[in-house]
Amino acid sequence: MAEALLKVTDLKVHFPIGKTLLSPGQTVRAVDGVSLEVRRGEVVGLVGESGSGKTTLGRSVLRLVEPTAGSVTFDGEELTGVPPQRMKALRSRMQIIFQDPYASLNPRMSVGQIIGEALLLHHIGTGKDRGQRVGDLLQQVGLPREAAARFPHEFSGGQRQRIGIARALAVNPDFIVADEPVSALDVSIQAQIINLIQDLRQALGLSLLFIGHDLSVIEFLCDRVVVLYLGKVMETATAADLYANPRHPYTRALLDAAPVPDPRVRRQRITLKGDLPSPIAPPSGCVFRTRCPFAIEDCARAIPPLETVGSDHSVACIRAAELNLTE
Amino acid sequence: MTAVPLLDIRGLVTEFRTETGVVRAVKGVDLTVNAGETVAVVGESGSGKSVTSLSVMRLIPKAVGGIAAGEVLFKGRDGVVRDLAQEPELAMRKVRGNEISMIFQEPMTSLNPTVKVGSQIAEAALLHQGLTQKQAWDRAVEMLALVEIPEPKRRADVFPHQMSGGMRQRVMIAMALACNPALLIADEPTTALDVTVQLQILELMRRLQREIGMGILFITHNLGVVAEIADRVAVMYGGRIVESASVTQLFDKPSHPYTRGLLASMPVVDHAARLRGEVPRLKAIPGSVVDPRRPPAGCDFNPRCGWAVERCRSEVPPVFAVNPGHGSRCFRWSELDG
Repeated sequence: MAEALLKVTDLKVHFPIGKTLLSPGQTVRAVDGVSLEVRRGEVVGLVGESGSGKTTLGRSVLRLVEPTAGSVTFDGEELTGVPPQRMKALRSRMQIIFQDPYASLNPRMSVGQIIGEALLLHHIGTGKDRGQRVGDLLQQVGLPREAAARFPHEFSGGQRQRIGIARALAVNPDFIVADEPVSALDVSIQAQIINLIQDLRQALGLSLLFIGHDLSVIEFLCDRVVVLYLGKVMETATAADLYANPRHPYTRALLDAAPVPDPRVRRQRITLKGDLPSPIAPPSGCVFRTRCPFAIEDCARAIPPLETVGSDHSVACIRAAELNLTE
Repeated sequence: MTAVPLLDIRGLVTEFRTETGVVRAVKGVDLTVNAGETVAVVGESGSGKSVTSLSVMRLIPKAVGGIAAGEVLFKGRDGVVRDLAQEPELAMRKVRGNEISMIFQEPMTSLNPTVKVGSQIAEAALLHQGLTQKQAWDRAVEMLALVEIPEPKRRADVFPHQMSGGMRQRVMIAMALACNPALLIADEPTTALDVTVQLQILELMRRLQREIGMGILFITHNLGVVAEIADRVAVMYGGRIVESASVTQLFDKPSHPYTRGLLASMPVVDHAARLRGEVPRLKAIPGSVVDPRRPPAGCDFNPRCGWAVERCRSEVPPVFAVNPGHGSRCFRWSELDG
């Protein structure tokens, strides 16, 4: 087993809201005690509904959002509390790709400036080298070298996402957080970007934390998957194991809800009722129990620990041993 | 003698006037929807799928464009067939929200943030059915119960921002169905929702259709959702329907290279290849979606098509009958399996 490149231990990100002179306010527990690791060369998927905390988690491992508690280590070095200068240096090894290719590129900068800025900030190369490097990067993501002189509005959504990827690759990172990079794209363009990610991964030996909500994309791209619900890990396993043999009722419900492109398939499904509860006042005990069809009284008593149920497979459900969730 | 369809679109052409000239967004669409049937229109950005539905509702402002040719025949509650393309605006107001309703992708921007949801649902009933305030409010509560919103009496009295995305989409559906429409147009109604909530909404729409018997024109980009909900499918590209078929025909024997490309673009894991340690790739369609301002000559899909020959670059393919009820606008449809 490859060593862990990124290791997150009991990470918490809490946001205070409504705090005034007279009222102590409340706390949104966006990420509430998450542990996970990304091994060298591995793609780890992070799935969950909106409000599950997946984006906050992705940003907090890069310290784009400051964690409230817990630890994040990158290549053995603790990131929480690291001084800004050192963090900046580390960021040349850790990059992010955003979901919305329209909002994440500065419309007043040329593509060359957008990609070159990262090189400039990290003092990589001289002026002439940089132009060369930008051209190489554009080619690597499937765009013509001449694209450097043009502006973001001249490109389609898929092309902009390629520019966003080139920008992330500019500083030669070994780890990338990809926050729903294909969700806003048309189906045919999504497939192109998925292929590009696969190619780059192979060519550059990248490790990725891939945040998504489309389970088929996650299954296709990821080696291991972490299922998040209301800021907590419900289940984690290798992609093959998770999809074939889900052990948490929430994972099963997510898999069931994903539409299958085959009109003849009519499955027995677990349909979840209602919506995600508020992360301000999460349910006691297991946070999923209010929507879980298998919940019993005991589920309200204590927060179920994440327990190992197989090789590389852990689940946080007190009934995991007795439930048979395989289709 | 077959029954008259609920909606019968014939040769619809919709154009927009822009600074750089006239853009033809819909270039001759033929489509029917029968009562109690769900017809899905699938396509990517710029395919003309939303413009087709806006044309049926006549919701494109005159100042920017409108229907340039074709007929939109709609059989009203009174059994009379009218061409909505020719109806005066005043008559269209009696159709919209009454006989034909529409729901949109983003429920937050389609609801009025300053009006309680009960009043928003009651509005249609007040306007079209001549109910009193009290009756209309009761109708709103009844509709909220129908779309399975818990505590409908209390929920009628809240504002849209106090509800979740899934709840708001249910409110939109309640609003759309308040007057028992014969046709519901749903434009990407589940795209902004989580998969678990999407499934709830699709199941709700299926149930309501069984109970109410309305026809549904379902606009989507998601072939998985199509397989879940549709009886028939029309695949749009560049303003034309390039393939239309029953849902089983389409998935069993896709007969247009674009449809095949879309299906191949959906990530499906090849477990055997994965075990061999291969990094899986998708058979993606090359290039970008067609820009309606600069359509290519001939078949709109030809610049991205691996099957394109000389003829495809000069002639627009007509509809070829693959099977009864299954048509493809591809000169080479019969060779695709070879």
